[in-house]
Amino acid sequence: MPRPDDFEKRRAHLRELSDEEIYERFWQLANQLVDPLLEAGKIYTTPAIERSILLRMGFSSVDAKPLVDQMIERELLNHGAGHLIWRLGQHWDIDYLEAGQRLLKGEGWTELAEIFGQEVQDD
Amino acid sequence: MTKSKAGQKIDKGLGKNPLKANQRMDIRDVLAGLEDYHPARHPWHWREGRNEPRKIGDFEYYESSKPVKASVPLSGSRGFGYIDPQPDCVITTEIASGRFEDDIRRMRMAAWNGADHIMVIRTAGQSHIDSLLEGTTQGIGGIAVTRKQCRATRRALDWIEEEVGRPLNFHSYVSGVAGPDIAVMFVEEGVSGVHQDPQYNVLYRNINMLRSFVDACESKKILAYGEMLQIDGAHNANATAMEAWKVMPELMVQHAINSAFSRRVGIKPENIALSTVPPTAPPAPCMRLDLPYAVALRDLFRDYKMRAQMNTKYMESDMREATVTHSLNLVISRLTSADIQSTITPDEGRNVPWHYNNIAALNTARQALTGLDGFRKMVKIDRSGELGKEARELKERAILFMEEMLESGGYFSAVEAGFFIDSGLYPERKGDGIAREREGGIGANALFYRAEDYFAPVSVHYGNNNLPEGIERAEDAIGGDTFQCPEKIVFIDELDEDDNVNKRIEAKQKYYDQHNLIRPEVEWLADGVVVLQLFLPLDAHRAEFAAMAIGEKLGLKDCVVINKQVCHPAEGCLLEMKGVVDFDIDINDLVIPEKVENLSEKEIRAAIHEQPMTVVAATVGEDEHSVGLKEILDIKHGGIEGFGIKYHYLGTSCPVDKLVDAAIETNADAILQSTIISHDDIHIKNMQRLAQICVERGVRDRLILVGGGTQVNNEMALDAGLDVGFGRGSKGIDVASFLVKKRREKAAEAEE
Repeated sequence: MPRPDDFEKRRAHLRELSDEEIYERFWQLANQLVDPLLEAGKIYTTPAIERSILLRMGFSSVDAKPLVDQMIERELLNHGAGHLIWRLGQHWDIDYLEAGQRLLKGEGWTELAEIFGQEVQDD
Repeated sequence: MTKSKAGQKIDKGLGKNPLKANQRMDIRDVLAGLEDYHPARHPWHWREGRNEPRKIGDFEYYESSKPVKASVPLSGSRGFGYIDPQPDCVITTEIASGRFEDDIRRMRMAAWNGADHIMVIRTAGQSHIDSLLEGTTQGIGGIAVTRKQCRATRRALDWIEEEVGRPLNFHSYVSGVAGPDIAVMFVEEGVSGVHQDPQYNVLYRNINMLRSFVDACESKKILAYGEMLQIDGAHNANATAMEAWKVMPELMVQHAINSAFSRRVGIKPENIALSTVPPTAPPAPCMRLDLPYAVALRDLFRDYKMRAQMNTKYMESDMREATVTHSLNLVISRLTSADIQSTITPDEGRNVPWHYNNIAALNTARQALTGLDGFRKMVKIDRSGELGKEARELKERAILFMEEMLESGGYFSAVEAGFFIDSGLYPERKGDGIAREREGGIGANALFYRAEDYFAPVSVHYGNNNLPEGIERAEDAIGGDTFQCPEKIVFIDELDEDDNVNKRIEAKQKYYDQHNLIRPEVEWLADGVVVLQLFLPLDAHRAEFAAMAIGEKLGLKDCVVINKQVCHPAEGCLLEMKGVVDFDIDINDLVIPEKVENLSEKEIRAAIHEQPMTVVAATVGEDEHSVGLKEILDIKHGGIEGFGIKYHYLGTSCPVDKLVDAAIETNADAILQSTIISHDDIHIKNMQRLAQICVERGVRDRLILVGGGTQVNNEMALDAGLDVGFGRGSKGIDVASFLVKKRREKAAEAEE
């Protein structure tokens, strides 16, 4: 909605602040604004974050994307993509990179669902 | 060059620098063995030796940095012994031709012209690609930023930085829906700086807000680890708003949100830079509007770095006008501060930047920053009047903006309510802001609560991470991630069989193999594009069609008028028109006069000592230019006096016959005649006249006649009847060497 410039009225509480107080107030507000954004970052994850983890584990971008997409489809991503693959590697006692390759071939998803305590779905 | 241990460990000796100053770079050298080349980490690099006075040539500089090994100095440096002072701030160039193999060549040119921050722009739409791109596909308005392109570019920059003797910062973007993926790849491939600002995604790319900020936490954590410099995206508000000069309070809010957010994720404040642009441009009284803003910003953001950008919002196709605006922007940089001076090419208002316009923009910065060196020692900002009041007002408006954001429920609610990019000067509202829905936008359906057992087995990670029992550091679970073990990085070469660099090289094979085949270019090897400047005595509308007809008659293809400057509605119009030539020149077929080899200084001195020589010299005609000739003469500038040659200098605007009379009176060996003005070919006429008067007075055989001037060349002088001509860039030794050789030749002829 359009609104006229009522700066003089709004600024009443700021008028008497020193320049240093203005500085403090500015940064206090900025920090207050970003508090919830920083909190959200701690509790959520996204496909991009999980792909970035797989890249760092030594998967190519070409493999990272379908792996994460599959994990979303099977409602497993909230455990962490790297976590899933690492645990499967442990479960089978093979290298995690090999576990990832097998997941790409469609193997191991049932085991993963079991390990992470989900109902096994019929594919 | 900074080399991390990791980088050295697996560099298989493929880093040998093949560059030679007198040879074009070959992209095939860059691509050879690229899969095994692991660039070292390149944390952001500031110029060295700042904040210390430095003597360069005849002058003391206060705002310079360590000199470089190789460069092309400004042309004006000819009058100052070819000095090339390097300003204290990092200088940026932005490159976006869509073909990285040609961009790399431009980067080399840019580095030789003072750039040490090389920014590659991403191809259109990459922000919306949900994963990394791979290969070397051609981009539009930029390149597809892929691992291969980054690695190849970084490798080339490693060579170029060695050549110029100054580290080069390579920079691109971490935004869109693949931010963390790209941030990882950038750390792995030695990128030094990035744009990262979740607000950019929200406002301009319509990516879901929560998604954008959650991704940004991880991205920024990775950037912090890589010690990269981060630049925010606030300048886009300036470019997007209807009335750019009114968004200043909001710009401060955007800067504050990204700065506070980044710092708390873990980026050091010295690696957080504000992308700030003087918002307005002439004919607005821009300095008076922009300066209080620049001052307010530097007050509030004293902990952070300033990346001073040039204005793009009000750029049209006139490159001169853009350059003046940009020069004014540079005055603001020097009056306040700039840690990074970014440059905008003057042709950005007409096309994707061309090679030489990157150089033009860099030189605008280099020239103005150097010219303004130490300016602040004499000129100070006066806060007591209008400026202080306005700076304070802007800060208060920004505070009020944030107060209302919090009242509305915080950042997300404020975006939903269209707080941002409203063209009212806050608290004024026009109601034309960009509003986004909290649940909407790209990637909205892809946010997941981390489970209680959520685990990410990597060394750098933001937020909750529950280490399984027995695991001390997350990355131990996998024996180290790619940040510790670069050999784990998977390199993908090409995914597209047709659209890749190998195919593009193949299509232009002859130009890669035969450097004697030359076709003009502006952005891609042998693209054939040339620009014609035409003044036509017509109105602008009809002039455009006349220009294109002229282009066609000249044999140019695809003629397009790229700029029109009306000089008068009816008297005429200046046009710039691009067109394409479809032929090559084989330089082996050309008769190119050999470059004359000079006698050594020692030999010249000995010859003059043995047989002294006197010359008379002047700038002739109605011409007051004296600098060039004085340089040829004076001992101080390496002139002929330094070799023992005596000269009589008759000054400027000297009549030609007076010069000949003086030569006869002083029994001189030679006449040095300088002409700068070339209007109506007066320089040629004056050279002809000199020869003619000497013949008439019977002294032609006795005297050596030398013509000089910026528009003079040897062939022209010989045609006019002189013995030699010296053009732009000639030095005293060239003239002295010629005089000694010519005198010997004449003596030999006389003996015969």
